[in-house]
Amino acid sequence: MTFEYAPAPESRAIVDIKAKYGHFIDGKFVPGKKHFATINPATEEVLSQISLGGVSDVDKAVTAAQKAYTKTWSKLSGKERGKYLYRIARILQERAREFAVLETLDNGKPIRETRDIDIPLVAAHFFYHAGWADKLDYAGLGKSPQPHGVAGQIIPWNFPLLMLAWKVAPALATGNTVVLKPAETTSLTALLFAEVCQQAELPDGVVNIVTGDGSTGAAIVNHPGIHKIAFTGSTDVGKKIARAIAGTNKKATLELGGKGANVVFDDAPLDETVEGIVNGIFFNQGHVCCAGSRLILQEGIADELIEKLKIRMAKIRVGDPLDKNTDLGAINSREQLSKIQELASAGDAEGAERWSPACTLSAKGFWFAPTIFTGVTQAHRIAREEIFGPVLSILTFRTPQEAIEKANNTPFGLSAGVWSEKGSRILWATQQLRAGVVWANTFNKFDPASPFGGYKESGWGREGGKHGLAAYLKEGK
Amino acid sequence: MASPKKRSTNKSAPRLEVKKTFKLFINGAFPRSESGRVYEVSSNKSGFIANPCLASRKDLRDAVVAARAAQSGWAKATAYNRGQILYRIAEMLEGRADQFASEISLASGVTAKKAHDEVLVAIDRWVWYAGWSDKLSAAFGATNPVSGPYYNFTIPEPQGVIAVAPAESFLAFIDAIAPAIVSGNTVVALVPGSAAIAVMSFAEVLATSDLPAGVINILTGSHDELAPWAASHMDIDGFDISGIDKKKRSEIKVAGAENLKRIHSFDGALSPTRIYAFMEAKTVWHPIGV
Repeated sequence: MTFEYAPAPESRAIVDIKAKYGHFIDGKFVPGKKHFATINPATEEVLSQISLGGVSDVDKAVTAAQKAYTKTWSKLSGKERGKYLYRIARILQERAREFAVLETLDNGKPIRETRDIDIPLVAAHFFYHAGWADKLDYAGLGKSPQPHGVAGQIIPWNFPLLMLAWKVAPALATGNTVVLKPAETTSLTALLFAEVCQQAELPDGVVNIVTGDGSTGAAIVNHPGIHKIAFTGSTDVGKKIARAIAGTNKKATLELGGKGANVVFDDAPLDETVEGIVNGIFFNQGHVCCAGSRLILQEGIADELIEKLKIRMAKIRVGDPLDKNTDLGAINSREQLSKIQELASAGDAEGAERWSPACTLSAKGFWFAPTIFTGVTQAHRIAREEIFGPVLSILTFRTPQEAIEKANNTPFGLSAGVWSEKGSRILWATQQLRAGVVWANTFNKFDPASPFGGYKESGWGREGGKHGLAAYLKEGK
Repeated sequence: MASPKKRSTNKSAPRLEVKKTFKLFINGAFPRSESGRVYEVSSNKSGFIANPCLASRKDLRDAVVAARAAQSGWAKATAYNRGQILYRIAEMLEGRADQFASEISLASGVTAKKAHDEVLVAIDRWVWYAGWSDKLSAAFGATNPVSGPYYNFTIPEPQGVIAVAPAESFLAFIDAIAPAIVSGNTVVALVPGSAAIAVMSFAEVLATSDLPAGVINILTGSHDELAPWAASHMDIDGFDISGIDKKKRSEIKVAGAENLKRIHSFDGALSPTRIYAFMEAKTVWHPIGV
């Protein structure tokens, strides 16, 4: 039986996109000098012109953040800081639909995800951290832990507003002020968040947003007035940041790349596992640093599971991100699409077997069909490099030890998954897997109370939970 | 009554002291440096003391191989067991406190009293760190109340192989290795200059304690030479650079960025954050349901 779905587009009338945006510095929008276009990756329609921040814009933002830190924010009690965060959380909830539509337009991810996952988690992050603001003495960091000062935060395009929340909420709760740069292709929700700061009457300069590209980010990293860097993005840029701050006293948290192993034992519940695999790699078009991008199957069930997976993949609806029925939206940019295409071609060239369900992709915009590769070996580029797209590499194993060796055979260590009905095996595997987040019989779950971050070259430090606070505080005496 | 000298087998000269050859400590054994190089430790008061090995890059690589091989087994030992092994080191050190005091005094020139105090502090550090082995999860772990039918917990795990470059003192060395190993890491220690004398005697304590081979590996020599190699070694996960000159730390951090090593330095104050700095938090999710 085939279900046909009529289009069910979410209205975009709720958002009001300006023709041009400036930076948000010291509580006000200030016009930028140079601009670049931000587009809807599903249609290539130009949505707005974004300011390209330079060294002087960053300098103004840092100066504003320093002033706000010394004059207002550090003098405020934790209780009052927390109340600002609660206000922000409430306004985000009130304007959730507006944020969801805007995020979907600018990023290309399905409205189902922005509406049900991204934006609710954003509000939850502010609500969670609001409560910490006056309870930091109980965070296990000694009595009266102290903020660093001005935090420079650079975030990626895959979860634009959610990554802003992961950065801004803990920074403010712990008493730091912020200079944040959203990703080049996804600035709009950050700029709408600036309006939320105004509505919440957050003191001027506590949150400053400078838009731009990599050079803007570098200006933040290198600014002497920044005390702490928080970066989410590629491992390459993470290493550059580590080198750039080597001769300084700047602290850094880095949330970088991954090549998550999703290990399926032969006693796993196959139907649930298939759902978990699909969620692991096709959630957010696979633009997820912790994606389960390497599926490692026990040989006895591999054929059966791959068949089930193909049947399930054929039901994935690829298309208009604003359509409420859409599962897989647009690839965020032409550049990212080229990268995915290049790595998928390498998979073909190196001898892995590619399969995608039949699906019609729009001629306009950036699209990539959900794809699996079978017959992948550990030497293949598609088993080693982060694709950051809806492409799954499938490997097999015979013994549990072999599964763990393959899973851990990567310089990354961000996430892993394990599927089995046997409790002792689950606990054994979660112990053996060298990753900061291990999902057992589930995948890609996030919560503000749950620490997130990687081992090895997946980065430094944690975000979320009690552990995430440590990044923004100096140990109390 | 015969004086001690007269008891000498050779009636014409006092008994000649049997001096120790100072070697490296790698994988529970005492090899010489593969480079064949040594350096001289001497003092104004006593003159020549010894020729410890001047460890080479190859020695460092060998030590990392040993440390990596030993790591999973050491991490798998129960926390109770690791705690007892660390405590046992304290016991054995206590029994030989006088020897270490005299070696520290001889090599560094501090008074006998000061040297003895340093050994006693070092012993108490082992006792303090030993007790942490089974409390790290309580202090640095959590169960997290996520919004959904999931059991979610965070536990600290050892990072793997940690290099340590302590300052030129016995206590600085103990302060670097004890917090690194108590969680289940293995260590490659780069011990500079005259600290080699007491530290290599301490290796004898380790060799006869219950510590598995390869958990602590000790190289003596020069930080200037060894530390950049350790910083760029791709199979070292963390680096305690407390003993590295402040002006040279930036170069170490740049080299360490290649595999995003966790590089830290500490001011010497006793804190469990020195342990946690070389641990990673792992968060596990599992659904709850019938």
